[in-house]
Amino acid sequence: MTIKTWLEAAIQDAERRNLTGLRSLLETLARSTSALRSADWNFDATGEPVHTHTPDVR
Amino acid sequence: MSASFRTITELARSLRAREISAERATTDCLARIAERNPSINAYITVLADQALAQARQADAELGRGQDRGPLHGVPVSLKDIIDLEGVPTTAASNVRAGHVARRDSVTAARLRQAGAVLLGKTNLHEFAFGTTNEDSAFGPVRHPLDPNRSPGGSSGGSAAAVMDGMGYASIGTDTGGSVRIPSAACGLVGLKPSLGEVPLDGVVPLSSTMDHVGPICRSVADAGIVFDALRGRAEQRATREMKGVRIGVLRGYFTSLLDAHVASAFEATCASLSAAGATLEEVEIPHAGDIAPIYLHIVLSEAAALHAKTLENHAEHYTPNVRIRLEMGRYILAEDYVRALRGRAVLIEQVDAALRGRDALLLPSLAVPAVKLGAATIKIGGVEEPVRNITLRLTQLFNITGHPAITIPCGATTDGLPVGAQLVGSRGKTDDLLSVAQATEALIRPGAR
Repeated sequence: MTIKTWLEAAIQDAERRNLTGLRSLLETLARSTSALRSADWNFDATGEPVHTHTPDVR
Repeated sequence: MSASFRTITELARSLRAREISAERATTDCLARIAERNPSINAYITVLADQALAQARQADAELGRGQDRGPLHGVPVSLKDIIDLEGVPTTAASNVRAGHVARRDSVTAARLRQAGAVLLGKTNLHEFAFGTTNEDSAFGPVRHPLDPNRSPGGSSGGSAAAVMDGMGYASIGTDTGGSVRIPSAACGLVGLKPSLGEVPLDGVVPLSSTMDHVGPICRSVADAGIVFDALRGRAEQRATREMKGVRIGVLRGYFTSLLDAHVASAFEATCASLSAAGATLEEVEIPHAGDIAPIYLHIVLSEAAALHAKTLENHAEHYTPNVRIRLEMGRYILAEDYVRALRGRAVLIEQVDAALRGRDALLLPSLAVPAVKLGAATIKIGGVEEPVRNITLRLTQLFNITGHPAITIPCGATTDGLPVGAQLVGSRGKTDDLLSVAQATEALIRPGAR
């Protein structure tokens, strides 16, 4: 799941549950997850190194 | 100086010299609690009758030569997230209303075995999930030097109690810095042992792979005494001199966002160690920039898993801020938690590498002095930073990796707010860390005992 898709779904679910304060936290979490996914120590099934600081586009 | 502001080491000596009784030491602490707790709010539960009975028993045992060791007859407190048989463990949350612990935690049992007098249970950030104690069902803990500031958290009641003479030591928990942050903010020594050295049985969990139990004390020697009791065995620690000690100094990420007073005290500490003959070398954690994302994904996932059922059934019983952050964790994907675990392995290797051939790593403990209650952000280096991020910044790495870490007071701001320096040791070598910490303390806190 891409971060964009995940974030949209998470915000939609949070709003459905009336957790209005969660939106900004989820946006912060999305930025943190993006950093996590782009770290160069991540495993890549192709054997190619993960490039640092590239936005997650999967 | 009031008796209740002395160290455990001093009290132990006085008890054996019959200069003071455990009952008197306990009475002094209880009087101090009665005087100060209404304004500081450090204690949730005070166990006066039980504590006095334990103190009398300690006096009787010591009187007939039955000496359980240096904690025998010493009044201490427990963070109210650690079970004590027959007493509520509130975790500072209405979620726990009506709870009474059916048995002692290992921590409490070992303190009893060591003859400690258990004064009561201290206030904290709800479920230890925060660094200020503002989100507590029992109201915020206030800093003994300034009631408009937080003593730091989540073990804030423990630190405020020790700083303010309401006990000789307190047992806290540390999942991202919750022993070291309040210890630094209150001018105390706080030890997070190696992961797993002190059992967690009977401790309300927050993050099952990062939770630690550790002591908050007035000196490194005291921290060693309490640590010995908590792990259930005493070790003879080597006495070290600073000459020849090799220390890796963490800079870059670890010193790039510091309050000016903290930076100044830290540099003075480095200079003192160097002048005393220690070898200081700058070392790096190449992936330090990944610490916060790794920590966040682990702590949120693990806390959400522990609280999911209660969130579904009794969400309204949490404080709003803690509830919303627990809910955030429920949205993390499994693949991202696994990535964070991979990141943890990388950070463990990098901290191990930084320690190779060295006795300890050195960095500041807390980037800012005690923060004002109610502040969401704090300006540092011209930038507004969230309080939670800045307070966890220098401690959370060693919860991820499990290395032992200790904070020692190393100075103060012009307003008199304490500043701490942090030493980090090799995994499983907490005794060696304590030896280096004691030598460091002797240099940077000449009055420490």
